Amino acid sequence: MANPGGGTVCNGKLHNHKKQSNGLQSRNCTKNGIVKEAQQNGRTHFYDKLIVESFEEAPLHVMVFTYMGYGIGTLFGYLRDFMRNWGIEKCNAAVERKEQRDFVPLYQDFENFYTRNLYMRIRDNWNRPICSAPGALFDVMERVSDDYNWTFRFTGRVIKDVINMGSYNFLGLAAKYDESMRTIKDVLEVYGTGVASTRHEMGTLDKHKELEDLVAKFLNVEAAMVFGMGFATNSMNIPALVGKGCLILSDELNHTSLVLGARLSGATIRIFKHNNTQSLEKLLRDAVIYGQPRTRRAWKKILILVEGVYSMEGSIVHLPQIIALKKKYKAYLYIDEAHSIGAVGPTGRGVTEFFGLDPHEVDVLMGTFTKSFGAAGGYIAGRKDLVDYLRVHSHSAVYASSMSPPIAEQIIRSLKHLMGMDGTTQGLQRVRQLAKNTRYFRQRLQEMGFIIYGNENSPVVPLLLYMPGKVAAFARHMLEKKIGVVVVGFPATPLAEARARFCVSAAHTREMLDTI
Amino acid sequence: MATATEQWVLVEMVQALYEAPAYHLILEGILILWIIRLLFSKTYKLQERSDLTVKEKEELIEEWQPEPLVPPVPKDHPALNYNIVSGPPSHKIVVNGKECINFASFNFLGLLDNPRVKAAALASLKKYGVGTCGPRGFYGTFDVHLDLEDRLAKFMKTEEAIIYSYGFATIASAIPAYSKRGDIVFVDRAACFAIQKGLQASRSDIKLFKHNDMADLERLLKEQEIEDQKVKLKYKYKARIFLEESLSFGVLGEHGGGVTEHYGINIDDIDLISANMENALASIGGFCCGRSFVIDHQRLSGQGYCFSASLPPLLAAAAIEALNIMEENPGIFAVLKEKCRQIHKALQGISGLKVVGESLSPAFHLQLEESTGSREQDVRLLQEIVDQCMNRSIALTQARYLEKEEKCLPPPSIRVVVTVEQTAEELERAASTIKEVAQAVLL
Repeated sequence: MANPGGGTVCNGKLHNHKKQSNGLQSRNCTKNGIVKEAQQNGRTHFYDKLIVESFEEAPLHVMVFTYMGYGIGTLFGYLRDFMRNWGIEKCNAAVERKEQRDFVPLYQDFENFYTRNLYMRIRDNWNRPICSAPGALFDVMERVSDDYNWTFRFTGRVIKDVINMGSYNFLGLAAKYDESMRTIKDVLEVYGTGVASTRHEMGTLDKHKELEDLVAKFLNVEAAMVFGMGFATNSMNIPALVGKGCLILSDELNHTSLVLGARLSGATIRIFKHNNTQSLEKLLRDAVIYGQPRTRRAWKKILILVEGVYSMEGSIVHLPQIIALKKKYKAYLYIDEAHSIGAVGPTGRGVTEFFGLDPHEVDVLMGTFTKSFGAAGGYIAGRKDLVDYLRVHSHSAVYASSMSPPIAEQIIRSLKHLMGMDGTTQGLQRVRQLAKNTRYFRQRLQEMGFIIYGNENSPVVPLLLYMPGKVAAFARHMLEKKIGVVVVGFPATPLAEARARFCVSAAHTREMLDTI
Repeated sequence: MATATEQWVLVEMVQALYEAPAYHLILEGILILWIIRLLFSKTYKLQERSDLTVKEKEELIEEWQPEPLVPPVPKDHPALNYNIVSGPPSHKIVVNGKECINFASFNFLGLLDNPRVKAAALASLKKYGVGTCGPRGFYGTFDVHLDLEDRLAKFMKTEEAIIYSYGFATIASAIPAYSKRGDIVFVDRAACFAIQKGLQASRSDIKLFKHNDMADLERLLKEQEIEDQKVKLKYKYKARIFLEESLSFGVLGEHGGGVTEHYGINIDDIDLISANMENALASIGGFCCGRSFVIDHQRLSGQGYCFSASLPPLLAAAAIEALNIMEENPGIFAVLKEKCRQIHKALQGISGLKVVGESLSPAFHLQLEESTGSREQDVRLLQEIVDQCMNRSIALTQARYLEKEEKCLPPPSIRVVVTVEQTAEELERAASTIKEVAQAVLL
């Protein structure tokens, strides 16, 4: 099958599924072993049930139709390109300036093939602008397109009260202004909106210090450091921690920011299969025994990069096994809790709490404030010498401006809320509500017979759709019924596994979930 | 009929076998046996050649000690004892409890403290809350973002603009979206760190030319042309220009349109202009603007755009208001230029320090005229000057760099920033304070 857009994964994924379902049995056995160990250590753990993760395989006819769909789309694409070249069909894309026609082309033609032909047809499902706070219900601006999605025109009407299943609003903290946001208003008036300087120079406000202390307390670690953007946190701090001569073992499905940070650092990168501890162990053994590839010198450091909850799969990392491996092989562990902080665990402190482990066992805890806390920015937490080192050597501390004061205030406010420091137990209630919603939603969807990926407890629920035509139809249909969903296809997911992704939130009520 | 011909061919073959010379048959027999042997012999992997036993492997694992995750940091590094600012980093700034006049934050147009900007941000806070909880593709696009993009495009007189949520990520994501392995980029030596990171992420060939030296650039382009006779400043050699204007946006030019307006260049000639909003626009984030053909590509392939949450709407609203203010009083740019010129002149005659930078630029450096020979010593001397100035309520800062990571490390210096809000006598006072302190410390 021709792969549009120069894509790579085609048939690989099928086999992966088989392995996963076989591996499930064996993994259960090892899990039981580890559970007993934890009990002997006397730590309280949450863990008396098995991790139920399912990655069901799709029925064969669905896969065949999916590939056929892509094949037909590709053929059409070639046809239209041909017509466009010959001037039969009007080309609506923006073109190069006349004077620059004979320059080296800015984009490769084939890269844009996918964009022009397949993506353009269903482009109205992404980038939908909204005009209210991204809470449980929001207002979507209506757009129509006169020429098959090349351009959009706003009709000026607004679709009100659409149920929001797309934004990462796990704890429901991103809401319209209410009185409890008064502190943010005060901070805004006093401090202004921006900080026109970097952390090292004049940019460290007392708000930042307060925030960092609070984050450290929340996570139960020694110290923390905050940055202005979550993506940048990863891509600028991994190069500061590892360099040439080090080894990075990263999961297959890691986020782009982690991949970018790993590439920028100059270390050797090896990839292990998603959530597969046997593969990781094999890589670790080989690395420690055989050293660097050509010179056979020992590695300087080995860093394992995983995420707490994977955004496209909805699976949770198998933390206890990875920590056992890490201790045995003396590697360092870096967890990106972008989606799991605040959303997973009995009091919302992330995957370490979900498994009942001590956060001191993880070397570097990283997370973002965008998803559960309703603000922007990222943090890195860990031991004090680690954070001190980052304060001195992180790229963003020296060159990028620090976090804006009202945003810092919002995070402070939500952290206090979660920890119960403002006198109410609403924070805990939100976390519990989220867990309840998650379980209920997943259960109902499974009863209805859909294929759902991921761990039972993860609030990100991908629902597999497979066929590209279905993807677009599903999204449009849902919008008509006033439910806003997110659909993802190639290139963010493998070619044959387009999906719709639901993000459950604490602010959803049961009726809302039932409507869906 | 067919079988008869087959049989007949077979007979011919058998005959040929009998008639072939003996060595031929033997050779073929040996070859066949060899092939069979190869097929059945066990293939050995390259790695197993070292033949370690399981016990030895376990020992190796036990013995291996990695380096500590982070090397220890000396306690008196300046970054650990940073200046804590309480209160807004605006014109009068409270550093470590002492009130000073701010010559260190890049608040060129003084908009950090502007009540209109704050009111706009507040209105947006009331409507939208704080965060956007999602990237641009998944319901993270608010109408404020689209508004801001429109306004920026109109202000810079280009077709389209695209917003990023962090200034550093703007240029670092824009470069790898266009230039990949196998492309060539000509970069000024003094390019900032964000550009260097973007280049590193793009894995293209990088050729450096001397700072602001057009002859050097031309020499490099000629070499390249000789090398591949395909490519041939821009139209002669057919290269594209990306311009990074974080510090000049909102400062140069009659209406604050940056370097292109200052020199009167047609803005369509520049392929991409990238700037961050953190300096003149008193917000957070960055933008790129240019023709639609160029900018639209970033919407799918700019990593900092697709995979990261969008700009919080209150910051976008603040930026829109700041743009409004800029459009309404174009006179502040002339005022700013005047002040730059004034302080540049006033700081000229200090013994021991030389002023580096054009007289038009609002941020310039003071470097030691003769370095003491070691960078650490220089840094310490400059820090002395900075501390004493701070005691006399002038807030300055040293320009900070990551010493090991920069490609071409500039010498240590003190950065002085001029903003619209500083009055003439404050400028005078600052100049004389710096003069006194420099004389006291350096002589």
